[in-house]
Amino acid sequence: MKIHTKRFAAGAALAMVASLGLAACGSDDNGGGGSDSDATTVTFLPKNLGNPYFETSDAGGEKAVKEFGGTYDEVGPDTAGPDAQVTYIDTAAAQGVNALIVSANDPTALCDSLNAAREAGTKVVTFDSDTDPECRDLFINQATAEGIAKVQVEMIAEQIGDEGEVAILSAAANATNQNAWIDMMKAELEASHPNIELVDTVYGDDDDQTSFDKTAALLADHPNLKGIISPTTVGISAAARYLSTSSAKGKVALTGLGTPNQMRDYIEDGTVTEFALWNPEDLGFLSAYAGKALADGDITGKEGDTFTAGDLGEFTVGENGTVLLGDPYRFNKDNIGDFDF
Amino acid sequence: MSTPTLTKPDGAERTYPAYSRNPLARALLTREAAVILALVVVFIYSMGNIPFFDGPLTIFNLSKEYAPILLMALPMTLIIITGEIDLSVASTLGASAAVTGVLVVEHDVSVPVAAIIAIVVGSLLGALNGFFIAYVGLPSLAVTIGSLALYRGLAEGLIQAKRISGFPEGWQDWPTERIGDTQYPNILIPTAVLIVAFGVLLHFTRFGRGIFEIGLSDESAHFSGVNVARTKMILFVLSGAVAAFAGVYVALKANSVATDTGTGFELKVIAGVLLGGVSIFGGRGALHGVVAGVLLIAVLNSALQLDGQGSEVIQIIIGLLLVGSVIASNFLPRVRALLPRRKVIDAPPSVTPQTPGAGESSER
Repeated sequence: MKIHTKRFAAGAALAMVASLGLAACGSDDNGGGGSDSDATTVTFLPKNLGNPYFETSDAGGEKAVKEFGGTYDEVGPDTAGPDAQVTYIDTAAAQGVNALIVSANDPTALCDSLNAAREAGTKVVTFDSDTDPECRDLFINQATAEGIAKVQVEMIAEQIGDEGEVAILSAAANATNQNAWIDMMKAELEASHPNIELVDTVYGDDDDQTSFDKTAALLADHPNLKGIISPTTVGISAAARYLSTSSAKGKVALTGLGTPNQMRDYIEDGTVTEFALWNPEDLGFLSAYAGKALADGDITGKEGDTFTAGDLGEFTVGENGTVLLGDPYRFNKDNIGDFDF
Repeated sequence: MSTPTLTKPDGAERTYPAYSRNPLARALLTREAAVILALVVVFIYSMGNIPFFDGPLTIFNLSKEYAPILLMALPMTLIIITGEIDLSVASTLGASAAVTGVLVVEHDVSVPVAAIIAIVVGSLLGALNGFFIAYVGLPSLAVTIGSLALYRGLAEGLIQAKRISGFPEGWQDWPTERIGDTQYPNILIPTAVLIVAFGVLLHFTRFGRGIFEIGLSDESAHFSGVNVARTKMILFVLSGAVAAFAGVYVALKANSVATDTGTGFELKVIAGVLLGGVSIFGGRGALHGVVAGVLLIAVLNSALQLDGQGSEVIQIIIGLLLVGSVIASNFLPRVRALLPRRKVIDAPPSVTPQTPGAGESSER
């Protein structure tokens, strides 16, 4: 009896493992793309799956890949983390995909794997979040600091008639990117909009409640305030929430950087006329074309290389293997319905 | 953890009928042999049927990603055989990676010195677990769930929210450089040495014999001359030290340490150990089975990913495999043991006239 038990257990385990092994191999045809045909294989690896921002960008990538007749695949971890991304990079390298489009969860942790993939012949394009420049062929930059500063100043000038008092609602007082943008906005206001006066800069610490309270304080301190710029997604939505229920609604303009899903209600009820961010769909679209241009050998990723990305037109590789998507994208009530992120 | 009633079937297996078979049959009819066979079958099948599995990167990638899991599985095997468990290994790994990162990158300590300090820290963390489990007598599940959080907290305290990167070039490349022209990264050298060392310790020393005896029964081990507390203490210190070594490797490999480095590794380690035929109740298991168990998970994972399966499919398959192997090694023997008794119970009703009535009523 006992021998039977042991043999039965071993046999059962074996049979199960074998059947699982077979089940594992049942669907070769939908495999993650191989280089057995001429079609360019492009694999998107976002920070994590199920994130509306990356779903939008990867949909743009898929559109581009279909347009040039390649094979599209999207893989990624369920939660954002570099360790999880490494295995997907390794797999893509082993599969010999032609172009791997990555939004990096860490600038250095992915380097070993990315470089192993490049040695194996895969072209690596980063988008949204870059790695160290020596670990990838190209980085598709969504926007430059100058572009971000300029578009916000332009929007507020249009919305308040190019004169009056404005204030800035920022994130943390020591946030590097925020301060860089604020300095550029100040310079731009002085240079091109002499009738607009920046009266205050307050910090909401990227906390919803703090930003909400700071907005209230701004309106109380500056009764003649005509506009608020909030270059942070948390700040702009908190400020919009305050304005939408206050008497200042419609009198004080609000603009800045936001996401369509957070701002949709305030665009529809008229609290906010227009805000900006980049278009993730275009970002994915351009990334896919950049990957194809690299894989086809049209460009190598050095400064001055040019390639065409479908309807988006021609792009030139800049310093450090960076390609700029373009000016930030403006969202208003005419186009906000097209976006879901 | 080692309830006498549950370990009885395992103990009872080593009876005369088992040893009446010839040595070859005994070697082949074990759970370890089944796992090894499964590994070979899955590997050969994948070589032939999974696109790119036979490529030059597969074994390399698999080795460098699963080396830390395999390393931590070695002391874990010994601990689980004593009937205890160590859930804090991944947090110890994270803490030692943080120590290494802070020392090397922020204080310019050389990598070997930092590695030794990290391993000492890991041993101390293991000793803290060991003290509460072996000398205070607390259950290891509770103690190490606590230290899982505690040691992860230490790592977070050391590096806060930021990431540490920028290890010296040479050291950063060494672990993942290939041995000669092979597909095998350098980390497999210390891994192989430790596999042999733990294999000898478990299967060919008095200390190892004591580990099995503790797993079968703490008390009888004590009365047969095994120093139970000291044995457990040593095992937890070893577990901390090896996890710390794996932490140094992970930090160098990624050239980056973050608060979440190694999160969730403990479950992969325990999965590999249990799949390798070690009884969760203690008292039985073998190191070659565990090595095969970890490799089986690694190969399945790699094959499924190359086949283009999503992470959900991979998790389901590996989860099923694990549940299945635990059932096979723990549940089936008990069912078998119950069968004769059932026959006796079933027999009388089948001849009594009430049986059809009882059957009908149960059908309604």
